[in-house]
Amino acid sequence: MTLFPRVVNETTSRELRKTFRNPSEIFYPLIFFVLVLTMFPFSIPPVPGLFNSIASGILWTAALLAISLSLETLFKADYGSGALEVIYLSGADLVLVGIGKSLGHWIISGLPIALLAFPIGWALDLNFLTLWVLVLTLMLGSATMSLTGASISALTVGLRGGGFLLVMLTLPFFVPLLIFGSSAATNASLGIVPEAELYFLGGMFVLSLTVAPWATAHAIRIRLG
Amino acid sequence: MMNFLHKYASLRNFYFLSLRLSRWLVLPFVFTLVYGLIGALWIAPQDYQQGESFRIMYVHVPSAWLSMFVYMNMVGAAVLTLIWRVKLSEIVLRACAPLGAIFTFLALVTGSIWGKPMWGTWWVWDARLTSELLLLFIYFGIIALFHAIEDRRMAAKACALLTLVGAVNIPIIHYSVQWWSTLHQGPTVSKIGAPSIHIDMLIPLIVMSVSFTLYFIIMCLARIRIGIREYDKNSNWVKNLVTSTLQKEHNQ
Repeated sequence: MTLFPRVVNETTSRELRKTFRNPSEIFYPLIFFVLVLTMFPFSIPPVPGLFNSIASGILWTAALLAISLSLETLFKADYGSGALEVIYLSGADLVLVGIGKSLGHWIISGLPIALLAFPIGWALDLNFLTLWVLVLTLMLGSATMSLTGASISALTVGLRGGGFLLVMLTLPFFVPLLIFGSSAATNASLGIVPEAELYFLGGMFVLSLTVAPWATAHAIRIRLG
Repeated sequence: MMNFLHKYASLRNFYFLSLRLSRWLVLPFVFTLVYGLIGALWIAPQDYQQGESFRIMYVHVPSAWLSMFVYMNMVGAAVLTLIWRVKLSEIVLRACAPLGAIFTFLALVTGSIWGKPMWGTWWVWDARLTSELLLLFIYFGIIALFHAIEDRRMAAKACALLTLVGAVNIPIIHYSVQWWSTLHQGPTVSKIGAPSIHIDMLIPLIVMSVSFTLYFIIMCLARIRIGIREYDKNSNWVKNLVTSTLQKEHNQ
């Protein structure tokens, strides 16, 4: 694979190997995602068609929460075992390490959630266009979340109340993704082609791809002193 | 430039400079506050639609202005912290964050009180309100990060980075939320061309904004002085300062 620089490849494949050695962790965000979805029908009035009409927004919210929570695992183990320090001292370009980590995280959490949204949306009677738009926006949005969230995950790694702190810091930054993602899906369910929203999501993805890895690299440098 | 920076970025020099500066600023602050309040509560005419209740604008608009002004200051301090590693800017960053949160909170509360008689509701999911609320959460996040990291210098650097991440995101949040929905009245003061507000209403508004800004500067300087004393607590000049103050109190 010569698609990416070597450091990115190595970091990503290391992330994947680490996860597949302890595969139960892959399912945590997925199960959490489905659990949050299951809570909604209990909490809204049982009016026929109500849940269906807000389903794409709820799917997006549940995915957002699941991915925000899963960001904590991005640096935690490496920080605890000292591997992060070794990577830092190895002289590898931390920007590329940041990209590799984000890519690995996206493959483990964002991508499966986006794919899982397809059968769930199917079961919730969303039409075909909506399903595709939903999966596409979730893929783009979760990639942006992995990139932006990596920097904040690196900043908060190993701190007291790390998980809560991380979610508290990341959620306000994910609001634009939620707005464009869920409104794209809602528009699609009304039969409108959500071109504008998809462009916005794509733009935010490109912005985070160009800026966020530098922030991640700097965050690692700050936390390791 | 660098000489100037070295002279005033030294914590000790800045401490005494800020003491003098605060003394000079108190009088303009009191003057603008009194003049602004008189102008706001008596001189400004009633609004033809909103009656007397529009007068809460004289607290609401300056608070909202400061909620953003403080963040801009923090961005400046964050850049100084990360690029030039100026110690003073770390203290400024720490001093600013709670003040910014307070002004944001004040803007939200006064807006809510204003919204009840005007829009008939305390809260609507309107673009400006929502982005102000998210700004409040970003301030909370920065404060929380300050408290979570034990090492002061590392905490300041981490918060500086978070402030910059926020600075990139705040415009995106603002415009995406605006795109999502809006009910808030459009800007009246900063509009290009003639502002759509009567001059007797506008002058107190500007005076109040100046007054709030002066208040922020005075409070921020006081917090910076506390920060400097904590930072340099092992140096001789701080020890001398504290002992001389204690002696003075003792003699009284």
